[in-house]
Amino acid sequence: MSRKRYIHAINEALHEEMARDPKVIVFGEDVELAIMGDTRGLFEKFGRDRIRNTPICEATLTGMAVGAAAAGCRVVLHMMFSNFIYTGFDAIANQMAKLRLMTGGQAVMPITVIASYGGGGSNAAQHSDSSYPVLLNIGGVNVAVPATPADAKGLMKTAIRSNNPTFFMEAGGRGGEMGEVPDGEYTIPFGKASTVRAGQDVTIIAIGSMLKPALEAAKQLESAGIDAEIVDPRTLVPLDEAALVAAAKKTGRVVVVDEARDRCGAASYIAAVLADKAFHDLEAPIKRVSVPNVCMPYAPEAERQLIPNAERIASVATEVARA
Amino acid sequence: MTSAKADLEVGHLLALYERMLLIRRMEERLRDDAAEGNLPGAVHLYIGQEAVATGVCAQLKESDWITSTHRGHGHFLAKGGDPKAMMAEIWAKRTGICKGMGGSMHVADFSKGILGANGIVGGGFAIATGAAFASQLHHDGRIAVAFFGDGAANQGVFMESLNVSSLWKLPLVLVCEHNRFSEFTPSNQVTSGDIADRARAFKIPVSVVDGNDVVAVYKAAGDAVAHARSGAGPAFIEAHTYRIQGHLEAEALFLAGGKYREKQEIDEWRSRDPIDRARQRLTAAGAKEKDLDAIGERIARTVNEAVQFAKDSPPADNDLPFDLMFVGQRA
Repeated sequence: MSRKRYIHAINEALHEEMARDPKVIVFGEDVELAIMGDTRGLFEKFGRDRIRNTPICEATLTGMAVGAAAAGCRVVLHMMFSNFIYTGFDAIANQMAKLRLMTGGQAVMPITVIASYGGGGSNAAQHSDSSYPVLLNIGGVNVAVPATPADAKGLMKTAIRSNNPTFFMEAGGRGGEMGEVPDGEYTIPFGKASTVRAGQDVTIIAIGSMLKPALEAAKQLESAGIDAEIVDPRTLVPLDEAALVAAAKKTGRVVVVDEARDRCGAASYIAAVLADKAFHDLEAPIKRVSVPNVCMPYAPEAERQLIPNAERIASVATEVARA
Repeated sequence: MTSAKADLEVGHLLALYERMLLIRRMEERLRDDAAEGNLPGAVHLYIGQEAVATGVCAQLKESDWITSTHRGHGHFLAKGGDPKAMMAEIWAKRTGICKGMGGSMHVADFSKGILGANGIVGGGFAIATGAAFASQLHHDGRIAVAFFGDGAANQGVFMESLNVSSLWKLPLVLVCEHNRFSEFTPSNQVTSGDIADRARAFKIPVSVVDGNDVVAVYKAAGDAVAHARSGAGPAFIEAHTYRIQGHLEAEALFLAGGKYREKQEIDEWRSRDPIDRARQRLTAAGAKEKDLDAIGERIARTVNEAVQFAKDSPPADNDLPFDLMFVGQRA
């Protein structure tokens, strides 16, 4: 184990996978200079036939990823901010997610799309979305939402080696955060949730960037005599329903925390699954802590109040635990 | 426009003629089966445009990539796709080239470089650009061809693909089939300027051809393919042709008496039929009528066998969608 930053763990995974498989290529806007940090050093090491800056044309980049993958490349497409997924959404929703079905299984698409999501930086409405809910509804794409440096590295390696399109959602505010990362080679399978903290009184399911405030909330709850279990689904597609249902049944009380807007978000979907599959073991209504159905404002205080924090999570968890 | 004299060898022109006739007869059968209600979904037919797909694909290797349009049967057949597997697909059968999961708008055969017809107008530009990018990186000598209509030329991804492919000198040929219609709207009501000028703006070599002259298309494609394969970057062909059938076969229902063109215009273009013209050229070059008739009979058998195969095949597997969303992961 050694302590590494989240963004460095992702960078390490990219270096290792590009060295391991010559078919892996990286392209996107400003990837050579590594503006987002995660592609640092790749250009110097692998050259322009493996990593390349593109024009700003997301609608074409997502389609090019499909074509390059169909023609034998293992593609890593960097989309920068997750709002730009919307700009490139036609080829994502109409080609990438559907080509395998439409061709009767002929299309194999090893594509990893990287995008940084989330608010908190006064980047305003067009650079602060957690845009993965739209991806959950289009069919054939996997969605990974790593919260820790170790998970980020292991899930990135699995994404690149996968023969399915994967959206690798980087928790925007977490690039500089440190965590223990295993030494040597490892991968983390998709569809396996992680129990980050065991507890008896209430189950908090924390998605991606929400793991950190959920852990802080657990400390606050502990001092109030409430023992919270925290589960991180790690991937939203595939979703580890069995683990989430088991965690819900264990305490009978569930809070789902998500940095996406509430309406049809990942938290809403997970709550619906649990209402369906754990209903008879629940002691209280499932609650969601998420972003209200508004867009992210620029003003720091106006923005801060919208993003779930430890206090809000603890408050809702207390309500659920005592219901 | 490039004009072409009948200086191809007769044997070569016969092969082009046969491929065009196969497309025509398959499309006519689909027209009839659509009218009889035998096909579950919409079909967009290629009648009148056969010379474009045939002339271009005759210049390609099996390993070259093509992307097609919602009017894609002709490209599929011209690139060597199997008539039986295509017919079974459109009949929604398990034996279809896409196992009945794609239908008319998605016929594809990756093993023959056919990356698929596409239901999104302009959907093929970026896919072809990406495939050309892969070929450039792999140095595998393949090229990619994007077939598209004048309607698709008004999509933003057209400009983006021109820019990227020219910038990176990708082995790509863009083939605009100017068939005069954007669905139900005449092209001149929705298109400003000349489409070929858009490619010229990116310093891409352009050839404007009579798309109903298979020899002219074949020659222009030869130059364009050679340019792309040489590593010099993309090439552009604008082939002027005409959509004889409607946007889709059931269009009379949608139009409800409305009209977007005159019968006289259709008749004028029928007089420039690419297959009739190829046949006249063949006869003038000394081809024997009985040989041409024998081609017609052979194709009639192929079409009948394809339809019979489709009719006799079992329906698509209802469980298949759950296995086809992902590799090795059930949805």
